[in-house]
Amino acid sequence: MLKKLYDWIDERLEVTPMWRDIADHEVPEHVNPAHHFSAFVYCFGGLTFFIILIQFLSGMFLTLYYVPDIENAWKSVYYLQNEVAFGKIVRAMHHWGASLALVMMFLHMLRVYFQGAYKKPRELNWIIGVLLFIIMLAFGFTGYLLPWDMKAVMATKVGLQIAEQSPLIGGVLKTLLSGDPTIIGALTLTRFFAIHVFFLPAALIGLLVLHFYMIRKQGISGPL
Amino acid sequence: MPDNDNKVTRRQFLNYTLMGVGGFMAAGMLTPMIRAAIDPVLKVKEDSGFIPVGDIKDLTNEPKRFDFKVTVQDAWHKSEETNTAWIYKDNDKIIAHSPQCKHLGCVVNWAGDPNKPNQYFCPCHNGYYEKDGTNVPNTPPIAPLDRFEVDVKDGTIYLGKIIPVA
Repeated sequence: MLKKLYDWIDERLEVTPMWRDIADHEVPEHVNPAHHFSAFVYCFGGLTFFIILIQFLSGMFLTLYYVPDIENAWKSVYYLQNEVAFGKIVRAMHHWGASLALVMMFLHMLRVYFQGAYKKPRELNWIIGVLLFIIMLAFGFTGYLLPWDMKAVMATKVGLQIAEQSPLIGGVLKTLLSGDPTIIGALTLTRFFAIHVFFLPAALIGLLVLHFYMIRKQGISGPL
Repeated sequence: MPDNDNKVTRRQFLNYTLMGVGGFMAAGMLTPMIRAAIDPVLKVKEDSGFIPVGDIKDLTNEPKRFDFKVTVQDAWHKSEETNTAWIYKDNDKIIAHSPQCKHLGCVVNWAGDPNKPNQYFCPCHNGYYEKDGTNVPNTPPIAPLDRFEVDVKDGTIYLGKIIPVA
């Protein structure tokens, strides 16, 4: 049944060559944990991507209940947490996934660094990777404020004070982030929400496409 | 295909196990999200019960307007809404009408039209109802006015759910 449907579509649109080009290519021996167990270090990049997918999904479902408003943000999170069936689990997935994504990304970076995989011709991809790192930290920073509890507000206060220390543009940068020179409030929350949910995902997707395209183009770096 | 029908090839075995494990993991991820998303559909909404609206001594044979407050719990937002009922005594029975017009949901008033002091009147499209709530033929409403569930305890009138008259 499914096979027939696939064949019907394939006959008209020739999807097989497309997905073969994306997914069906040989894994070099030195990257395959079945041959060398230590090759598991090559998994960290893929794991980061896998967790990012979970973050996208769980985040989409969280917005079904969340409102970015100082009166209601905390209440809506409380409602999701205590009144919605499995809401606790969905939020937990997003909460723990956030930390795990950063851990996996860091391990991936360590592997690339210690294997020297960033060297010519892959310097550009390393730069994209650094940008991705910054984007991911920004995800963590903006997402941390959204539950709008004391911990979130205090942490954001510290973060904004750090931003304020930037030379020359510090004051402007802080106001740009928080929406007000002195208050961490309504505008800070809407801004952080918009950044977290629209701006950063767009940047992340764009950079990931570049990251993966370069891997396909240049191949995985050779064995040590 | 293997020569023996009972045999599973290595490729088939790997396919089944990997798909099985993968499907199990995907289900584990998606189940909580989907369950949380469809929660409003599955949630059992408890009705607010009976609310005291007034004294039975105030009732006459003429429908009288009673305003009362209802607490509405909208997810994390709690609010008080003012609701209205038109209540009268029909012998020993108490009838409480909801003022929502059955045409397009405007608010009807008893004797709202000075020319028809014994009917409910809806000003939006000139709808009329008799005292017992039946819609007057050839006016826009297509059904009689809804009624509240009525309960009387210690001389106080309590109103419950709004129930359409069949």
